[in-house]
Amino acid sequence: MKREILCIVCPRGCRMTVERVEGTGKKWRVAGNRCPRGAAHAEQEMTDPRRTVTAVVRTDSPDLPYLPVRTDAPFPRAGIPALLNRLSTMTVRTPVHCGDTLLENIDNTGIRVIVTASCP
Amino acid sequence: MKTEEYAVAVLGAGAAGLAAAAETSSAGLSTLVIDREKRPGGILLQCIHNGFGLRCFNEELTGPEYAERAARKAEESGAVFALGCSATSLRIREDGTFELLLLSGADGVRKIHARAIFLATGCRERTRASLAIPGTRPAGVFTAGAAQKLLNREGMLPGRSAVIVGSGDIGLIMARRLRWSGIEVKAVIELLPHPSGLPRNVAQCLDDFAIPLYLEHAVVRICGKDRVEGVDAAPLENGVPNPEKRFHIECDTVLFSVGLIPENELASSAGVVLNPATGGAMVDANYETTVPGIFSAGNVLHVHDLVDFVSEEAARAARNIPARLAGTEPGTRIRARAGANLKYVVPSWYFPGRKTLFSFRPLIVAENGWLRAEINGTTVWRKRMPFVRPAEMITAEVEAEQLSGEGEVVFHLQEGETE
Repeated sequence: MKREILCIVCPRGCRMTVERVEGTGKKWRVAGNRCPRGAAHAEQEMTDPRRTVTAVVRTDSPDLPYLPVRTDAPFPRAGIPALLNRLSTMTVRTPVHCGDTLLENIDNTGIRVIVTASCP
Repeated sequence: MKTEEYAVAVLGAGAAGLAAAAETSSAGLSTLVIDREKRPGGILLQCIHNGFGLRCFNEELTGPEYAERAARKAEESGAVFALGCSATSLRIREDGTFELLLLSGADGVRKIHARAIFLATGCRERTRASLAIPGTRPAGVFTAGAAQKLLNREGMLPGRSAVIVGSGDIGLIMARRLRWSGIEVKAVIELLPHPSGLPRNVAQCLDDFAIPLYLEHAVVRICGKDRVEGVDAAPLENGVPNPEKRFHIECDTVLFSVGLIPENELASSAGVVLNPATGGAMVDANYETTVPGIFSAGNVLHVHDLVDFVSEEAARAARNIPARLAGTEPGTRIRARAGANLKYVVPSWYFPGRKTLFSFRPLIVAENGWLRAEINGTTVWRKRMPFVRPAEMITAEVEAEQLSGEGEVVFHLQEGETE
C-alpha cells in the first residue's frame, strides 16, 4: 500500500510516497524525497511516528511566569497527550538555564524534556 | 537631561536587531540596542515551537533558544541594551546625525545621539478590521500572534473552540498549539487556492490533527453578542463568496493569521521612503534607506519566512555601516525592479559592478521556472528555479560583471521548461 507523506524535516516540504517492499532486504521504498533525511522520516512515519513536543510550564518567578520547554528528540505521537497533561500540572522552581533537564527518560524512551529559556 | 552618544542605535532586539548589533559592535562601533520588551528576542520569545536555526546554528532550535543565542552573541560583542524602552521619536539633526527619544518606566525619558540608525522593528499583524469582515463585535477575536502571546508567555487560554482565518505559518502553528492546549480547532479558512504557510506546517499542524482546511473560502460573518458564537463561511466563486452556499461553524474564538505589516512609523516620520510592494523601506544594495545613515533589514524591510534569513540579512546589512561612518560614499546607484510574477525585489537599487544578493517574493506556484534579469531589454543573467511558491522567499546572487550599470535591472520569473 502506497502512502503519501509531506516531509516535515525542513522548510522545502517534499511530497513523498512510501510503500512496503516485499521479499527484499530493504523494507520501504521512498520516492519524492530530495535528501536522505526525508527518506528516514518517511520510514519513521510508517513504523513509529514521532514529533518534537513544545509547551510552556508554570514557574515560581514573576520575571518569567511561563517557561518554554521541548523534548530533546521527536517523541512517539501516541504518548504526546499524556506528556502534555503531565507538563500542565508542573511548577518549575527557578533559577533555570536554557538546556536544563526538566523530565528524564519519559515513558522509558530515553527522551528528556529540556528548558528552552533561562530565568535567573 | 543627559545625552547618550553611540555610533549606532539599533531599533528592535529581535533576530534582525541582535544580528546587526553583533556585527557593528564587533567592528568596534559603540552600539545601543533598543526594545520595548524586557527580554531581548522579539517575536522569537513567543514562538516556543521548534524549526529555527538550521542555517545559522546548524541545529533545530525553538524561538526562545534562538533568541538566547543571538542575544548572547550581541552581548559578547559589547553591544549595550536599552530594554523596556520605547523609541518615541527619531529626528535628523543638522549635521546629519540622529536624535532618538526613549521612554521607559525605569528611566523616564532618555535622549540618544547616534551617527547611524538600524531599523529592525519587525512587523505587526493585519487585523480583522483590515479585512472588513461584517458581523457583531464580540469578545474572542484575536490575531494569531496575540493569541500566541497569551498562551505562551502569559499562560492564558484564548477560548475553548476556535476557527482560524488565514493559513499563514503563524495561524498553522497556532492550530497545533491550541490543540495541544486542549482547545478544539474547527477549521482553517483560506481565501487562496493554496495554503499561505509552509507545506510542513500544513502537515504537522493540520493533518496530524485532522483539522479541516477550507481553501478558496471566506469568512463572511462573525456571530455572537458578548462572546463569539460562530462564524459563517462561504466558498469563493469567481473571486467572490457565494452566499447561497454559506455554512455556519460554531466556535467561541476566531484567530486571524492574514499577514504582517512592517512597522515603519518612526522611519516614515524621519522621511524614509517606503516601497508599496513590501511596506518596508526602499534600500540600496548596502541596505541604506533614502535617508543617509538609516539602514534597514529583517521583517521590517520585507517579510521573511525563516528567521535564519532575517539574521543573515541583518548581519549583511550591518557590515556596510563601518565604512559608511568612516566617510565612504556609496556611489551611483541604479534601480532594480520586479517584473513578471514577482511581488517585489529587495534591494531597490544596485551598485554597478558589484556582486549583489537579491531577494524576491514570487506571485505564482511554478515548477522548473526561470528567474531572469534584464537590462535595457537584454537578458544578462538567469537561474533555474526548480520549485517556487508564494510561501517561500527566493534569493539570487548576481555576479558583478552581469550588473554592468548600463541601465535599470528588471527581474522576471517565468514558468515552464523553456527559456
